Amino acid sequence: MSQPDNYETAVSSATSEIASFSEKEKGFIGHFHHALHTTPALVPLIVLVAAIGVFGAVLGSKFFSPFALTLILQQVQIVGIVAAAQSLVILTAGIDLSVGAIAVISSVVMGQFTFRYGLPPVVAVACGLAVGTAIGALNGWLIARMKLPPFIVTLGMWQIVLAANFLYSANETIRSQEIAAEAPLLQLLGAKLQIGGAVLTLGVVFLLCLVLLLAYVLRHTAWGRHVYAVGDDPEAAELSGVNVKMVLISVYALAGLICAFAGWALIGRIGSVSPTSGQLLNIESITAVVIGGISLFGGRGSIMGTFFGAMIVGVFTLGLRLLGADAQWTYLLIGALIIAAVAVDQWIRKVAA
Amino acid sequence: MKTLLKTSAIALTLMAGAASAEEIGACLVTKTDTNPFFVKMREGAEAKAAELGITLSSYAGKVDGDHETQVAAIETCIASGAKGILLTASDTSSIVTAVQQARDAGLLVIALDTPLDPVDAADMTFATDNFLAGELIGKWAAAALGDDAKNAKIAMLDLAVSQPTVGVLRDQGFLQGFGIDLGDPNRWGDETDPRIVGNDVTAGNEEGGRKAMENLLAGDPMINVVYTINEPAAAGAYEALKSIGRENDVLIVSVDGGCPGVSNVKDGVIGATSQQYPLLMASKGIEAIAAWAKDGVKPQATEGKDFFDTGVTLITDKPVDGVDSIDSAKGAELCWG
Repeated sequence: MSQPDNYETAVSSATSEIASFSEKEKGFIGHFHHALHTTPALVPLIVLVAAIGVFGAVLGSKFFSPFALTLILQQVQIVGIVAAAQSLVILTAGIDLSVGAIAVISSVVMGQFTFRYGLPPVVAVACGLAVGTAIGALNGWLIARMKLPPFIVTLGMWQIVLAANFLYSANETIRSQEIAAEAPLLQLLGAKLQIGGAVLTLGVVFLLCLVLLLAYVLRHTAWGRHVYAVGDDPEAAELSGVNVKMVLISVYALAGLICAFAGWALIGRIGSVSPTSGQLLNIESITAVVIGGISLFGGRGSIMGTFFGAMIVGVFTLGLRLLGADAQWTYLLIGALIIAAVAVDQWIRKVAA
Repeated sequence: MKTLLKTSAIALTLMAGAASAEEIGACLVTKTDTNPFFVKMREGAEAKAAELGITLSSYAGKVDGDHETQVAAIETCIASGAKGILLTASDTSSIVTAVQQARDAGLLVIALDTPLDPVDAADMTFATDNFLAGELIGKWAAAALGDDAKNAKIAMLDLAVSQPTVGVLRDQGFLQGFGIDLGDPNRWGDETDPRIVGNDVTAGNEEGGRKAMENLLAGDPMINVVYTINEPAAAGAYEALKSIGRENDVLIVSVDGGCPGVSNVKDGVIGATSQQYPLLMASKGIEAIAAWAKDGVKPQATEGKDFFDTGVTLITDKPVDGVDSIDSAKGAELCWG
């Protein structure tokens, strides 16, 4: 009689170790690489601190003062807010070329509704924010429901919105003095807070709060994780129960709303409502996002990185100007920085290294 | 190839000319059709064309610097059999080839506001004397400061790093008027006078004006004279000064004479501005095309200049001795935009 099958013995003789990766001795580079891989905002933070350090060493107190450092924050506030919106979109593996145009038309709506139709400023501001959200939602609807590529949809929307902006406003500027006298609410985000030598505006505070809020939402809410999931692999996300279409539409609508806030901050910063401002915001925001280490292929990167990316551009711009360098050098260096950022991103992705 | 282009252009002109018998066509090609300066220019041209019975076609680039659209507009215009073109070029040297094509086809080409490079590439230029416009505000600023002009700290807010002619002329005119040694008069930024704190570029809008002013103030917070390429840049610079509480002890001067700018002179934001007249440029241009179509007469340059000067007037509410000016109320009657 043969022995009955004894499966139990196989278990008892099997190794009790749980499956694991063999950890090679990584050394400093390996650990550093691992840290970069788990904390995407680390690279731009290192570049930012290094840039501040170098310019501070060369320029001394002219640059390394609370006044100059907070001035950089003031100069990047608009780009920073728009770049936060851009980050959300790029995390879903999309792109939004219409961000600048949405910001400008929102500011124009706020100005014209107040001065052309005599609406109370608070209503006009609400209308401006609503217009921005609506344009964003339309982008999202075309992308999610009509299955059109984000690049094409927002390329078209950029031109439509910009043209509408010029036609509607007749390209007339509403002067700072009139706004200050009749509708100071429009300039609210330009209000200053003085802390010692540091000068902050409400727009800067708004930017900082927005970045912290979005960082929390993206990391700790279901919606935030869905944004990453959709960007990483929309089909896998769909199969695991994520409503991909709604996530996309909500992302573009939220981006539109944030851009409208940027338009409001723009009025605070330049005082007037000028339809010609903000022309390069789409490119500048993508620059900040890329330098900030968010992958253009979606699903990877953090909003803090974008903030640091925008700050790096600001530090370079002011630092080089204080050194008396021709403005072209700024563009040249930022161009090099963009390519370097993508190269670093690719290196970090090599998990096997 | 060139002759082929020429002959076909001429053939097209003749065909179109024959088709529309007596009708005289003219084209207006501007940088954009949204800038109030060009909007006013178009209004001036349309009004004069209607008066003289000329058919006017207007074209514009999509954005400032849109060279391709302007070339296409010139080609369209040649094909339509027009008698002349009024052109505000985005790219003053690259457009020359297209302009030459039009002139070879028998069209009168007049540069409005912006001289071509070289200036004789067009049959005539109808423009503001931008150097004089700068000189007027320079003289005014020096006189308004009096003895303090010796210790002035001057910020120069220019147009673009590419140093377009209009920006260089106004900048250098201002410095000459203020009494500063120019170095090479064909470029800004090479002056050695210690009174100049620095140059920065604004793109001619509020946002750029504010940022450029902040940059220069970070270098030297005691700046007390600000030259600006145009009035939106001046408005932006004023916001930067206001944010550090120095808006009342800095003199801002500018060029343009647009209605918001003139209001800013009235409110004391801008000390003085040089006003230019786009409407006049365009209506004179249409008259010149009418004369060319009728008798083949080309317009003449203003005596002593290589262009037809459409005039410039200083606007300030604080007149100084030795510089003629009108006040902001009078300026508001003549303003554009």
